[in-house]
Amino acid sequence: MTASFEVKSLSILNEKGEADETLMPSLPDDDIKRIFELMVLSRTFDEAALSLQREGRIGTYASMLGQEASQIGSALAFEKSDWIFPSFREMAVYITMGYPMYMLLQYWSGDERGARAPAGLNIFPVCVPVGTQIPHAVGASMAAKYKGDKAVACCYFGDGGTSKGDFHEGLNMAGVFKLPVVFICQNNQWAISVPRRRQSASKTLSQKAYSYGFEGIQVDGNDVFAVYKATSEAVRKARGGGGPTLIECFTYRMSDHTTADDSSKYRSNEEVESWKPKDPLLRLKLFMEKKGLWNEQYQKGVEEKSKTAVEQAIRKAESLSPPEPADMFRYALKSPTPRQAKEMEDF
Amino acid sequence: MRNNHNKKECGPKGKRLITFTAAINEALIECMEKDPGVFVMGLGAPDPKGVFGTTLGLQKRFGTGRVFDMPISENAMTGVAIGAAISGMRPVMAHQRADFVLMAMDQIVNSAAKWHYMYGGQASVPLTIRTVVGRGWGQGPQHSQNFQALFAQVPGLKVVAPTTPCEAKGLLTASIEENNPVIFVEHRWLSNQMGDVPEGYYSMPLGKANVMRKGSDITVVASMDMALEAMVVADGLLSSGISVEVVNLRTVKPLDAETILGSVAKTGRLVVMDSSWYEFGVSAEIAAVVAEKGFDSLKAKVRRLGLPSVPTPTSPALAGHYYPSEADICLAIGDVLGVRLNPRKLGFKDVVGDVPDEYFKGPF
Repeated sequence: MTASFEVKSLSILNEKGEADETLMPSLPDDDIKRIFELMVLSRTFDEAALSLQREGRIGTYASMLGQEASQIGSALAFEKSDWIFPSFREMAVYITMGYPMYMLLQYWSGDERGARAPAGLNIFPVCVPVGTQIPHAVGASMAAKYKGDKAVACCYFGDGGTSKGDFHEGLNMAGVFKLPVVFICQNNQWAISVPRRRQSASKTLSQKAYSYGFEGIQVDGNDVFAVYKATSEAVRKARGGGGPTLIECFTYRMSDHTTADDSSKYRSNEEVESWKPKDPLLRLKLFMEKKGLWNEQYQKGVEEKSKTAVEQAIRKAESLSPPEPADMFRYALKSPTPRQAKEMEDF
Repeated sequence: MRNNHNKKECGPKGKRLITFTAAINEALIECMEKDPGVFVMGLGAPDPKGVFGTTLGLQKRFGTGRVFDMPISENAMTGVAIGAAISGMRPVMAHQRADFVLMAMDQIVNSAAKWHYMYGGQASVPLTIRTVVGRGWGQGPQHSQNFQALFAQVPGLKVVAPTTPCEAKGLLTASIEENNPVIFVEHRWLSNQMGDVPEGYYSMPLGKANVMRKGSDITVVASMDMALEAMVVADGLLSSGISVEVVNLRTVKPLDAETILGSVAKTGRLVVMDSSWYEFGVSAEIAAVVAEKGFDSLKAKVRRLGLPSVPTPTSPALAGHYYPSEADICLAIGDVLGVRLNPRKLGFKDVVGDVPDEYFKGPF
């Protein structure tokens, strides 16, 4: 028996802001503006979070700078009722799904109450261990399929995550059971200090899907239209019973791995500089300018609005009372054991 | 489901005798009938052997959507069960050997046990992981380990270890009803033990030990296979005028310190038996709790009996000396009581058999 596959790829919007009209998803002008505004808001949040960390006002933070198109373009393709399993860098996914920004800051300051998703939103807390959320998403999609509720599960991870057993085992199961799940790999070229070429000998990461019996596609991860289109199609396929898809968003981590990292020690400045013209925000701006959707005044307005929203979120997060010490015991189990109850009482 | 506790106690004898295996099977059937969110997954769940007979007939009854096999990926399988649990299901996973669960330690310890806490109390993981502990018939170092202490040490997990068929059914039902992840330890030597099991749906509370036998001279705390061994020795010591109280743990965590301390307050003496390695084990925890909270009641040193800190031997010639024998238990009791006992004269075996009964036949 011979098996063959083709590595699919998709790119719509180039660095000059020119879109391939034959591939362009149908997006009304207002939606395009909303995408741009979400990008600016996410970047404003990201910059503020980095400052807050440096000032000691939140803990270690993982910046998503440069990955806004991968995150926003994909998140827009999901319904609020879908099950989203992020890793630790997906702040723009949270923001796009409507997660309150003050709660994100609350989480990054170490307060687990910030991880309680608001009612009606099935987005899971930040998953710090690499790739362990992949089987969880598969399980959620299995439950959705069993309950027949039409929800789709989505899982985010990075290039590093594809080396984990959880990735192989989880995707294998998703393929075997033909589950409604979309895997989004943000290949940002670096897993902390390990470059993509040292992560896998596969030419693309998306081709791994074929060994699990479903389709994979590599998209330009800095092209919000390509990411949105590929994800929308994967979601439609999953909801219609067509099984899983692996989407590789080819992008770049412009920032350090986290605030605890210094990437200048292991990657060249030239490499980082070479990605700057590929910036997802820049090319969307150029596209909008050509279409008459962008001008300086609009930019200023969006920036102002974003800054105000982020400042409000910071104020709200910092005005919250710290968690009670008893919370430590309160949430270890759904109901405490007698010994825990006693420990809580004696605390 | 939680509010429907229909508690039944295990009756004295003989109303409806079924095996431990049949009791597990009944619990699964009744839980699946009661709650459509309960499903059974795991390697071998629907196969002709049906996890030592415990899952037989389930797939025929409930269909392939609720009883199914999985690819050999213990870690992802656990992760999948966690994902299903946090989105409203009550998965029951079965591992034919506790040893295989080590592949899933990351998902159990870092995810299942932590989600409720890390989610600020918003979502819990109602997941039951059945782990079968092997013993004898050459199962050796990698097919007969009991990791009860390993799991009990992790905050966020509960560890259940039934002894009788009645407990097997009631405690498995309670584990499935439980809103936290439960490691359900099933000892292979109990599979064919018969016992009186009530008909119909019932659950027994987690965290409650049971005084299996009342006595006044010494307390023996044990669980699973060791609880049955303790009962044999307690019976045999009656002729010597020694009255042994046997406390059967039922649940390792939450530990029922109250019942243990109550018994020691009465007898003043304690032997703790461990179905696993005693070093750093559950028996060590029990001894520590008594030393901390029941020191004044103690009239003598505490003794522990369990497996020596070596891998389980495969050869029956060695395994016979690996597990505590009736004679070992008798001598430990004599030691704590300060009396010289002759196990051989009392009819206690000093070498442990390699199988619990004639039904126990491999290959497994």
